[in-house]
Amino acid sequence: MRSVIDIKDLSTTELNELVAVAEDIIQNPDKYAHKCDRKKLATLFFEPSTRTRLSFEAAMYELGGHVLSMSDAGSSSAAKGESVADTAKTVSCYADIIAMRHPKEGAPLVAAMNASIPVINAGDGGHNHPTQTLADLLTIHREKARFDNLTIGLCGDLKFGRTVHSLISAMTRYSGIKFVLISPKELTVPSYVKKVIKEAGAECRETTDLLEAMPQLDILYMTRVQRERFFNEEDYLRLKDSYILTPEKLITAKKDLCIMHPLPRVNEISVKVDEDPRACYFKQVLNGKYMRMALILKLLEIK
Amino acid sequence: MNIDSIKNGYVIDHIKAGKGMEIYNLLRLDLLDCPVAIIKNASSSKMGKKDIIKIDALIELNMDILGYVSPDATVDVIKDEKLAEKKKMSLPEKLTDVIFCKNPRCITTTEQELPHIFHLTDRDECEYRCAYCESRGK
Ligand SMILES: [Zn+2]
Repeated sequence: MRSVIDIKDLSTTELNELVAVAEDIIQNPDKYAHKCDRKKLATLFFEPSTRTRLSFEAAMYELGGHVLSMSDAGSSSAAKGESVADTAKTVSCYADIIAMRHPKEGAPLVAAMNASIPVINAGDGGHNHPTQTLADLLTIHREKARFDNLTIGLCGDLKFGRTVHSLISAMTRYSGIKFVLISPKELTVPSYVKKVIKEAGAECRETTDLLEAMPQLDILYMTRVQRERFFNEEDYLRLKDSYILTPEKLITAKKDLCIMHPLPRVNEISVKVDEDPRACYFKQVLNGKYMRMALILKLLEIK
Repeated sequence: MNIDSIKNGYVIDHIKAGKGMEIYNLLRLDLLDCPVAIIKNASSSKMGKKDIIKIDALIELNMDILGYVSPDATVDVIKDEKLAEKKKMSLPEKLTDVIFCKNPRCITTTEQELPHIFHLTDRDECEYRCAYCESRGK
């Protein structure tokens, strides 16, 4: 019985296998329509995240399984003082697999240590969100047909953006990867993440200028620069436009650039970019569902 | 107690000078009935100064605490007034309830019965990270 709490819980072989299964699901959805007959997924969301919950639930339904939803978890058992450990043990009696979202970092690990069924971390505070990274990986694979020899631009809040750290950790496993880290000085990648890149032997360069980096990129991963990350309003206003993607900024970009964003966006990608065939962020959402299907199958050991 | 002669017990030697009291407290040696001696700032050819703790009983020693606080320490196990074993300490791979997570967003802050578990993530830097939230232990 296995759980996935961190993207590092999956080996490179397993990541590749999940991508292969997801691609097969896309090609042959009927083959998978009854794989999870009579199986139940419990979605335990201790904080609201409708889009992630819907993705897990859609994934389970498309596999023919059922969903037990505790979407009001924040207002029920936890409010009565039940521990994460006890909740995990209780739910293990009803369901076959758990997807857990929790505002506290490490809560899904505590659940996994106590559950007798697999636990998938559906986001624990600002810490891990492995199924977002799985969605990112499938998107890269579908758009580029490879994981190696790619120049990946990561733009925006690289200091607090957990999806960025997790994607870096996953992509450093492949060869010929170059990272271009594009952010204001206040929001650069933390040193321990830089260490991960260095130890993996991947190339890495930092810049504050999105326009300057643009022509080299195969992938541009945008994140939001939030107002509350800045000490003063002036700095925020001065910087925010530099990290908003518009059609004008894409003039020098490669014809086959893949533009990604973990969503939801606020204004960091202009809606005018949506019409551009290089915009992949809504495909990313769909790919997230396929990867969650592949992961559920893997953890339930269904071939 | 003659601090030189121990029948059955331990000599914790080569403790980094100044760390003796911390080890005494962390190991809860204050709870023992048997003779315990702390020697501060003993001269050492290797270390200049060192602390030494002698315990005249074969209690259960938490080697993880010793290894964490003073990874260069050695433990002589004395049985029948003879040196039975010499143990070299090193930074332990895992610490349970030795250091505590200070990250306010960590699950250990709301669920107090959880053990505080840290894993050694960088031996050269003596870096430990919380098993739950991965923030650095101090
Ligand atoms: Zn912690």
